[in-house]
Amino acid sequence: MRFTLNGAPAEVEAPPMKRLLDVLREECALTGSKEGCGEGECGACTVLVDGMPVVSCLVPFAQVRDAEVVTIEGLGGTHPLQKAFAELGGAQCGICTPGMIMAAVALGPDPGFEEIRRGLAGNLCRCTGYEAIYRAVQGASA
Amino acid sequence: MDLLEPRSLDDALGMLRQHAPLMPLAGCTDVFVALQFGTETARRFLNIWGLDELRGIDVRDGVLRMGALATYTELGRSPLVWEHLPMLVAASREVGGMQIQNRGTLGGNIANGSPAGDSLPVLAAADAVVVLRSLDGERRVPFTEFYTGYRATVIRPDELIVAVEVPPVEGAQWFRKVGTRAAQAISKVVMAGVRAPRPRIALGSVAATVVRLPQTENALAAGSTLEEAQRVLRQEIHPIDDVRSTAAYRLRVAANLLGQFWAETG
Amino acid sequence: MRVPAATGYLLWIPPRAYPYPSRDPVSTSVGRNVPRKDGIPKVTGAALYVDDLRFPGMLYGRTIRSTISRGRITSIRFDFDTAGFTIVQAGDVPGDRCNYVALLEDDQPFLAAHQINHQAEPILLLAHEDRDVLNAAKVEIEYERDIPVMDAQASPVVFKEIRIRKGDVERAMETAEVIVEGTYRTGHQEHVYIETNGVIAVPEADGGMTVHGSLQCPYYVHKALKALLDLPDERVRVVQTETGGGFGGKEEYPSVIAGHAALLARKSGHPVKMVYDREEDMVATTKRHPSVIRHRTGLTRDGRLVAMDIDVLLDGGAYVTLSPVVLSRGCIHAAGPYRCEHVRTVGRAVMTNTPPNGAFRGFGAPQTQFAMEVHMERIAEALGMDPVRLRDINALRPGDTTATGQRMGDDCSALEVLRTAVERSDFHRKRAEYAGTGKGIGLSLFYHGSGFTGSGEVHLKSKVALEAREDGVRVLVASAEIGQGTRTMLAQIAADALGVPYEEVEPVQPDTAQVPDSGPTVASRTCMVVGGILQKCAQEMREKIGMMTPQEYARLHGPLLVTRQYEKPHDITWNDTEYTGDAYATYGWGCDVAEVELDPVTYEVRPLRVTVVHEIGKAIHPLLVEGQIEGGTAQGVGWALNEHVVMRDGAMANAQLTNYTIPTTLDTPRLDVVILENPSSYGPFGAKGVGEMPIDGPAPAVINAIRHLGLDVRDIPAIPEAVMEVACASR
Ligand SMILES: Cc1cc2nc3c(=O)[nH]c(=O)nc-3n(C[C@H](O)[C@H](O)[C@H](O)COP(=O)(O)OP(=O)(O)OC[C@H]3O[C@@H](n4cnc5c(N)ncnc54)[C@H](O)[C@@H]3O)c2cc1C
Ligand code: FES
Ligand code: FES
Repeated sequence: MRFTLNGAPAEVEAPPMKRLLDVLREECALTGSKEGCGEGECGACTVLVDGMPVVSCLVPFAQVRDAEVVTIEGLGGTHPLQKAFAELGGAQCGICTPGMIMAAVALGPDPGFEEIRRGLAGNLCRCTGYEAIYRAVQGASA
Repeated sequence: MDLLEPRSLDDALGMLRQHAPLMPLAGCTDVFVALQFGTETARRFLNIWGLDELRGIDVRDGVLRMGALATYTELGRSPLVWEHLPMLVAASREVGGMQIQNRGTLGGNIANGSPAGDSLPVLAAADAVVVLRSLDGERRVPFTEFYTGYRATVIRPDELIVAVEVPPVEGAQWFRKVGTRAAQAISKVVMAGVRAPRPRIALGSVAATVVRLPQTENALAAGSTLEEAQRVLRQEIHPIDDVRSTAAYRLRVAANLLGQFWAETG
Repeated sequence: MRVPAATGYLLWIPPRAYPYPSRDPVSTSVGRNVPRKDGIPKVTGAALYVDDLRFPGMLYGRTIRSTISRGRITSIRFDFDTAGFTIVQAGDVPGDRCNYVALLEDDQPFLAAHQINHQAEPILLLAHEDRDVLNAAKVEIEYERDIPVMDAQASPVVFKEIRIRKGDVERAMETAEVIVEGTYRTGHQEHVYIETNGVIAVPEADGGMTVHGSLQCPYYVHKALKALLDLPDERVRVVQTETGGGFGGKEEYPSVIAGHAALLARKSGHPVKMVYDREEDMVATTKRHPSVIRHRTGLTRDGRLVAMDIDVLLDGGAYVTLSPVVLSRGCIHAAGPYRCEHVRTVGRAVMTNTPPNGAFRGFGAPQTQFAMEVHMERIAEALGMDPVRLRDINALRPGDTTATGQRMGDDCSALEVLRTAVERSDFHRKRAEYAGTGKGIGLSLFYHGSGFTGSGEVHLKSKVALEAREDGVRVLVASAEIGQGTRTMLAQIAADALGVPYEEVEPVQPDTAQVPDSGPTVASRTCMVVGGILQKCAQEMREKIGMMTPQEYARLHGPLLVTRQYEKPHDITWNDTEYTGDAYATYGWGCDVAEVELDPVTYEVRPLRVTVVHEIGKAIHPLLVEGQIEGGTAQGVGWALNEHVVMRDGAMANAQLTNYTIPTTLDTPRLDVVILENPSSYGPFGAKGVGEMPIDGPAPAVINAIRHLGLDVRDIPAIPEAVMEVACASR
């Protein structure tokens, strides 16, 4: 099956009902997307599909045919959000971080505080109490 | 697990007829959770996510028509829905988080038939009509007749929901979800109301299906006081205890919601 | 900004007071927000957690658990084709003695042979190379059922009893002008680290076993595996992988899952991965002990504490695990940060037929201080007194003694945190302003002992090593980075004590084949205790290498390894049998002010804002400290309002993230954190513990804010259903 993965064309053979999360982690060796629940609640597995954040634990592989998938690895390591999360305490244990950053990417540049708070409501973090995450997202656009 | 991948709506309806039983897959936000929990026994699926015939939101002759695959994100952003059915905008924006809103669909919410589905009281209060299609053609089922029991519907195995139609709604619309937390929550009680000469009130999470409250509506239409109407409401619903809440809470909060609805739309 | 000058306090106002990262040439790193050691790998997805690892020939493991709470196994039937499966039962464990998880008491079997003591009790283990085949396998187990004990208050089995006595409570109580009594309850709390428990066990060619896992205490697992597999020290190796949160939930439990994976690996000869799904993690692993705490307090009419009589009951679950230690810390903190000459605390941890409860951030102190602080609020109410004034009168001051008779030194900061929090939150103005508006404001005053209780550290004999090499300096400790910033903070301490740049110091991955046993990563001890030993290592290394850099020294003389062991400060004394003396070397101090709003339609209490003032000795890395405080506060608010473990027939009935609801962004109040520094002479650079204290205060502050609304809530979680009952009853 063909799709675009982190900007490059990809062709991967995997069962169509396999969770996109498992395809990314197991077939594509991209383990940056994490599984925190498998029930769509925690957001740790968030990736972008055609620019929109989705939880990859609830997407069957077949549904990304011809789509553009971007994972944390696709940000390249120099994205302002990545820098800001690392520098401002947005990542503690780090397990929620890739999903949190992907959700934050979808907020676009310079989101307002309430936008950030609402936009990240689908991503659970147990370590930070979210304040440092707000600072990181705001800091990234500063 | 098998997945059939139709290229068009007709293709899909043909597969449903030929290869039944097949479980349609829209945004998968219910199906994949059920698979994860081991509560879904189906093993053969039909991918309808790509069927453009099921998308789109438009208004014809005053009737708002929303494709079954309309996502919460699309509903929440649609100027037509804002104009004709603002309470659905309110409901859509309170579903899950951004990720779920991007995938979860109106058709999925309806077909899944959880009594806690947040769009359902809206559709019930709006006197919506569900448009079903099979190879034999289309039929229209009033939303209030759509459910036959707990997560049981009138959909036949060879049918798909293609759209939902909402006739013009007169009067102020009101919606409130009382969930297990402030976001990413399942409703413990959810109410939609229309303040018209004959008010229309629907509740979720208080019975095996979403319910309209004809007796309460009648009482209000006949000019009862709010307190009387609340008493009628308490007689009219019979919620239960579960892991998320209690019958007592649901009963009292439902009555309180009626009060808030009445106060805010009066 | 107000700086209370006379006391020498440093008032540090986050968030942006410290430029980050520092661009100045690094001379010292302590007190500065240097870049986290693990920052870049975590934001790029490169950090490897246990589920990210795969080994050649690896199988997946699964645990078959009991479905009853108490009884005996009568038969086991395999309803699947067992070809290709590895199956382990209790009988496969070598020798009866080995089948117990080595911890405090050897009472918890790795696998139940006959007797079942809780739902989720592991009975047998399966492994297979294909996860789907593995999960499809059905095992039928039949039982003979016994009547389980579900109510801790009716339990016939006491795991541990603790008595603390100071003065003569009975006599003093008779002289009291006012007596206030009350019972307070707290529920289970699930850790909900976002990474579930998981390990991979790899059998070694020499018959040894290596376990990679998500865990807090490599040497706990090491000890448990040695006993289970009957292997010598050097044949068992435990490697901590990047760990996605712990909060105590990966303190003792990993010994169980590691043992299971090791049994499967040993029998199959293949590496075996076991990673729990969320539901299993919630149902089977430990939780915070539920508590029932009774207070009977005598006071003078003007609000002085005369006598405190406290009864603490903890529900330990089916096995002892760490309950005695949790009880101990709970009891020691039960009288709060107050001065009172006559105190009696009696605590019991008892058995119920529910999955064992265990370590959770705060370790008993959040339960007992919740009760104390809600009780204080009720006392203030009974006396018609301002709650701040009541606390101010009674707060411990330098020279006062605690319930165990520990005399407070100059590092006692109860009054400072109280006064700072009250001023910063504008408590009194808001208290008046909110009255009758649906908003409420309440506060809590608390403290938290740093490090192991009493002689714990002496028994532990923790070791720490520091190595100078040609490529830099390596810190060798078993303390785990679980998000709190261990690697960064320890590197800062070593760097400054040695006088080298922070960038040149690297803590190695905790691996029992490489690092000495520096004790578990618990009890807010890593910075103060492990960091303290590390500081000594660095000082000793500096003496040995003279004016050279460590690299120069290593190039000339070869690598230099300095190892030091914990030394008890000579002026600390503790009596384990009487429970008297210096329970902890020092304490952190905290005051929380919570502001809430009640929705009269739904009885939901929305936490709006929490002002948090913590005195923690020295903030080695202010940003990390702030992160601990904010995260712990949010977790405490969740415990107070949202997090409800529904137990049915002895098992968690809402074991999904959708039904056990931890706070999202929208459930978490805004947090205003103030860090005060009043150094302790026992910690490196004056540091005290910080990891746990933040969770002691939020729950009582929130409940006291609800009390300000006129609702007499004494139990948590105060879910809307419970608030409704109180609201309707008081009408
Ligand atoms: C984390 C999370 C949060 C959630 N929060 C909410 C919430 O706040 N409120 C709420 O109401 N729901 C919530 N849900 C549930 C779910 O997102 C909704 O019910 C959603 O609308 C389902 O749509 P879907 O397209 O994903 O359905 P799917 O999972 O694809 O399908 C659901 C069911 O509908 C059937 N189906 C789907 N489309 C059709 C069709 N066109 N014709 C016939 N049958 C069809 C499927 O066969 C299946 O039985 C949440 C789910 C998750 C995972
Ligand atoms: S793993 Fe996908 S949302 Fe939690
Ligand atoms: S950083 Fe640990 S869960 Fe967010």
